[in-house]
Amino acid sequence: MSATVHRRTHRRRAQGRAGRAGAYLLLTVLTVVFVAPIAYMVIGSFKPAGEVIDGLSGFLPRDLSLGNYTGMLDRFDSPATGRFSDFYLTSLIVAGVVVLGGLVVNSMAAYALARLRWRGRDAVLMIVVLLVILPFEAIAVPLFYLLNDHRNTYYVQFLPFVASAFSIYLFYSFFAGLPKEMEEAARVDGAGPWRTFFLIIVPNSKPVFATVTILSFLTAWGSFLWPVMMVDQPQRRPLPLEIAVFQGQPPYDWGQIFAFGVLMVLPVLLVFLLFQRWFVQSVASSGLKG
Amino acid sequence: MSTSDPAPLLSPRKAARGLRRDTLPAMTMAAPAALGLLAFVVVPFGLAVWLSLHNVRLDSPTPPGWFGVEQYRRILFDPNFRGEFYRGLLNNLVFAAVVVPVQTALALALAVLLNRPLRGMAFFRTFFFMPVVFPMALVAVVWKLIYARDDLGMLNAFLDTASFGLLGPYDWLGNESTALLSIIIMSIWQGVGLQMVIILAGLQGIPGDLYEAAALDRAGRWRQFVHITLPGLRNTLIFVVMVTTILSFRLFDQVYVMTQGGPQEATTTVMYQAVTTAFDANNVGRASAITVLFFVIVLVVTLVQRRLLREEREVA
Repeated sequence: MSATVHRRTHRRRAQGRAGRAGAYLLLTVLTVVFVAPIAYMVIGSFKPAGEVIDGLSGFLPRDLSLGNYTGMLDRFDSPATGRFSDFYLTSLIVAGVVVLGGLVVNSMAAYALARLRWRGRDAVLMIVVLLVILPFEAIAVPLFYLLNDHRNTYYVQFLPFVASAFSIYLFYSFFAGLPKEMEEAARVDGAGPWRTFFLIIVPNSKPVFATVTILSFLTAWGSFLWPVMMVDQPQRRPLPLEIAVFQGQPPYDWGQIFAFGVLMVLPVLLVFLLFQRWFVQSVASSGLKG
Repeated sequence: MSTSDPAPLLSPRKAARGLRRDTLPAMTMAAPAALGLLAFVVVPFGLAVWLSLHNVRLDSPTPPGWFGVEQYRRILFDPNFRGEFYRGLLNNLVFAAVVVPVQTALALALAVLLNRPLRGMAFFRTFFFMPVVFPMALVAVVWKLIYARDDLGMLNAFLDTASFGLLGPYDWLGNESTALLSIIIMSIWQGVGLQMVIILAGLQGIPGDLYEAAALDRAGRWRQFVHITLPGLRNTLIFVVMVTTILSFRLFDQVYVMTQGGPQEATTTVMYQAVTTAFDANNVGRASAITVLFFVIVLVVTLVQRRLLREEREVA
């Protein structure tokens, strides 16, 4: 009997080993699929223009140089073309104001909705929940009509996105789940809503601040539809709009276009790789509130 | 004095005073976001409805004239205009019908694979998630080259090598039958990582002893998946499906960069038409009508889906 048990565990162990090898093989193949387009862009950004579209040898790191990077920066060197730093600055200003401004106004509103008692609260809360399902696309055209005189400014690119029903909703769900005792102690000590919020609630809500920061940053950094409608001056174009314009204008220099792409995603990619556990957890937790 | 009472039981009068004390700061706190939403979401949406009932052109100096439901009639019923709209809607529906099930199933498979207690899973998770941090406009540019039409295009070269010269080359984005499919595949590549980590978080919320009990009952992997994993993930999957569906209807960036709606309207979408109508044709009235229709469609899909999924939840 002990022999059969022994044989069975032996077989199971062998099965486990085979299963594990299969899993790793599958994971490796999938990794290639996910990484290949990114590797193609990175390698291509260091290759001469003629060798980027070159079948599978596009992956071969041959004749590498920084030529595309210097060439691309030279190409964007006048107010007429916009400078590369202009595109970066626009994206940074827009994403910076949307994220930081959004953290402040949306968390405050969510706190008032989740923890304070006031007249009109339920009505406001209901409107916010309704607005969560209204996509920006549904209001892009009238907003374009309304703000047409403010084209090509920085503020027109960030103002519509600072207040966000979705961010309020994320904050609201988190604040509503915090234990009541936490703020009662502060309130009993005579702290008003403002002090309670900034001294008690905010320091205890880091996870939701991280989630909203990352989600709103990724959205703002990749924002495309609105700049397409509102920006035509090269100097005020954000990065995603400029790469779309760049890749559509002959002569097509794919090496330079990829160099632009690498520089545009590099800071985000670095932050992601350095803080990836925290990054992934923050993003994933947005789904658990639903 | 009374503030230092331990565990104060609020009398109605005190509660009323508390209410009054909170109202001013509460409204001040809510005001900036509320004003922002009012100015940039509520008012524009109302304006969209108003504009859609008028004849408004950006290039015309004449003030907007009342147009009734003419814009809607043209979009939905006029043989000269309706074809484009229905083609866009059809493309959105096809996109949703493919992306929602495929991307969700793929994300679920990846999450289950990564949830096994093996070494190096965080490493693989990093790679699968990486495309999510790429702006869609950039992803579209890179994939445009991958889909390049001659035999030097990356995908064509790969298929040629893998099939020993039997397959290809294809004009992925230039052919009516493959253009939308190409955009679909790229969108799944970019978006699946986000769903994967959301589902992974859901998986980690399922108590491990359920699986231990099932293993004691000699339930196999598949039965454990069907009877423990799927029910445990129900709410997560509902969330993922609803979010992905709405994203499918918002399809714009990829189309703008890769195909401009072509070839022959094969990749046009409702949003793409709204933008080109407002922007290239300067017809703000009709573009507004398209966005109002867009919102009605999204709303109907959301409500129908919510009802269906909720019923399913009650049955199970």
